[in-house]
Amino acid sequence: MDWHGILSQSLQQGLGPVAAVYCLAAIGLNIHFGYTGLLNFGQAGFMAIGGYAVSSFVATWGLSFWVGCVVALVATALLALALGVPTLRLRADYLAIVTIAAAEIIRQTIGSVTLLKYFGGQDGLQGFNQSFASLNPFSSSVGIPGVVSWRAYDFWTLLVCWFLVALSCLMTWALMRSPWGRVLKSIREDEDAVRSLGKNVYAYKMQSLVIGGLIGGVAGIMSALQHSAINPSFFATDTTFFAYTVLLVGGAARVLGPVAGTIIFWFLISFLDLFFGAATSGVNPVIPASIMDGNQASLMRFIFMGLALMLLMIFRPQGIFGDRRELALDAR
Amino acid sequence: MHARPRTISALLVALVAAVLVMTGSASAYAAPVSHVGESACQKPAPRNDDTIHIQGCLTDLREKPPKPVPDVRFTVVDDQGKKVGEGTSNASGVFDISLGKSIDVLGNTYTVQLDKGSLPKGAALRNPKQVALKVTPKLSSDVYVTFPIGNATAAGAGKFTQALQLAVGGLVFSLLLAMAALGLSMIFGTTGLTNFAHGELITFGALVAYGVDALPGTITIAGTNVTIAVSIIVAAIASAGFGWLNDRALWRPLRHRGTGLVAMMVVSIGLSIFLRNIFQYLAGASTHQYSQFSSPRPWTLGPILVTPKDVFIVTFSTVVLVLVVIALQRTKLGKATRAVADNTALAAATGINVDRVVSVVWIVGAMLAGLSGVLLGMTQGFDYQLGFKILLLVFAATVLGGLGTAWGAIVGALVIGLFVEVSTLVIPAELKFVGALVVLIVVLLIRPQGLLGKAQRVG
Repeated sequence: MDWHGILSQSLQQGLGPVAAVYCLAAIGLNIHFGYTGLLNFGQAGFMAIGGYAVSSFVATWGLSFWVGCVVALVATALLALALGVPTLRLRADYLAIVTIAAAEIIRQTIGSVTLLKYFGGQDGLQGFNQSFASLNPFSSSVGIPGVVSWRAYDFWTLLVCWFLVALSCLMTWALMRSPWGRVLKSIREDEDAVRSLGKNVYAYKMQSLVIGGLIGGVAGIMSALQHSAINPSFFATDTTFFAYTVLLVGGAARVLGPVAGTIIFWFLISFLDLFFGAATSGVNPVIPASIMDGNQASLMRFIFMGLALMLLMIFRPQGIFGDRRELALDAR
Repeated sequence: MHARPRTISALLVALVAAVLVMTGSASAYAAPVSHVGESACQKPAPRNDDTIHIQGCLTDLREKPPKPVPDVRFTVVDDQGKKVGEGTSNASGVFDISLGKSIDVLGNTYTVQLDKGSLPKGAALRNPKQVALKVTPKLSSDVYVTFPIGNATAAGAGKFTQALQLAVGGLVFSLLLAMAALGLSMIFGTTGLTNFAHGELITFGALVAYGVDALPGTITIAGTNVTIAVSIIVAAIASAGFGWLNDRALWRPLRHRGTGLVAMMVVSIGLSIFLRNIFQYLAGASTHQYSQFSSPRPWTLGPILVTPKDVFIVTFSTVVLVLVVIALQRTKLGKATRAVADNTALAAATGINVDRVVSVVWIVGAMLAGLSGVLLGMTQGFDYQLGFKILLLVFAATVLGGLGTAWGAIVGALVIGLFVEVSTLVIPAELKFVGALVVLIVVLLIRPQGLLGKAQRVG
């Protein structure tokens, strides 16, 4: 087995653009779930709105990419408001069900044949990233020889993604040490106590939902740019749960939790995938085909991921870097 | 009680092993494909050349036994719209159109068109929109296509008849939804757990039944093939056991160590992803159908058509639902269940064994979900995502009726199920689930406690 290849490719994934996109999504969730205690299970919906606003603006209506970005952010903010109004006064599990339902509504509507001419149905849209690609200063592949290497465009998106991650982390850090951030954290700990101090809990939760949603929208845009294409399957329910796993691996309510989480998570996921892929391929595979074939090997990472999510939540809900005392995860 | 990590992980391993054992047989066998309704047909004699033919047999399913329909014209065009061949059904209803050498044909897509004008008077396609079928020959064997002929349904009739016909489908779907929703609601009521892995309990039932069904041979009692009936019973028992195992191995230890509800919700998501992929690992990604999966001749009831299968499902699920609800209302255990749901601490203080009650709730809830999975599989076939796909509708039904109320879940499911099907009159069928989810959000906006829920603070 080619251990060097497997390890270097896993590292490449752990630092790559996909990991950075999920990091952004998880930073948004960190503000929702980690700091405010809002159980947003519809982060994929925010991402879909962001990504599709940009791509349909350029590919369908032929407008400017940058205008598309602004519209994408406005649209995600509106989605947050639309979701927040009915649910933020309700119990945590209601928010969870409504956000997951909203994300599915968005995905199925965007992917429908009825709206084919605007959003391209299940095939999605392509060819909307020229404005972004033309800014790419790199012309050949970049990396450390023998360890990692990315194609020029991948490296450019990776750089932009990680820059945005840094920016979001800085913003989260600044926000959470402000008085505003302390109110958010106290809402997470005891909503009624905050209310009794005369704070408008509803307004604070709404602000948190909008800010986290905006970061999710940016993640959606970057996801579309990184693939140079967009289609509804990018924004399935599992996308949200991936982002949750990333957040919980690193540790919720920590500024750098999502960053550490995404690198570790994607490194392990790619490692498992490549390992089982290699172990089942070839003439005389390490794992006999009667036990596991190539298709089944590609499922192993999801099986491990589900198991990891369960065990993490049971035995170490604070993740690797989190503080258990800070995170009293309970709805009622 | 303190956390006992070792016990929990040991039980987790047991859970995995049990899943593996119970669904193990599912992957090993392929489903036999049945061609019911074509029994009057005689397939053309096998040829010994290297050509691929498109064959089919037209029978009028209104007759019993089905009567062949001769002199119906067919044309086959390729994906560029060029005509490749044509044919006419003979006296025994059989048509046979050659496409050419297999080497030129494989992998291409062809459209088989039926000339509607050549159908005899009074006969129509059961599905009037299906005048053309796309086929893509992948193996160097002949392709067999079917055009069921009978009374024209839905689209040929008036809006009201269409709505009635859709309502029949909606009723079947909503009763199946109700079984799943009742289970979810009972579990939520007694433990407060919003179980995102409930969809996998549904799939589990369908898979176990498929495993039994795919075992070689058939089970007969007094000459009648009862394989599917046995599969349903085995699936119900296995699902009940699986539910018990879920509670015993995972949720009870978590409750005892005082894990928060939100944390449990996230655990259930992990469990859902885990089980769903195990299911795909065992059963593959393709859609399966039970061996007795067939579309027998429907009965005409006024302007609408009802299949015996619809009648069976409606009767069976109604009986099951009524039994469960009566048990909840009348029996001692049912009363204990409602007491636990109402106030766990108080119920425990009055001497009710809460753990035992919750165990029973899990057993019954998982059995209901498993049954709903088998029957769903019978109506539409199933794959490893069967339960996951309708999970949100199950949630919608439970929330609509009022989380944690038994009648509420059933009423909610009826509303959602009927709405999903009948709404296709006005909205495209692909968006029918979207409509139901929009209803869910609107209900939360207006009446968060649901239709039958008690007006209490849910914030």
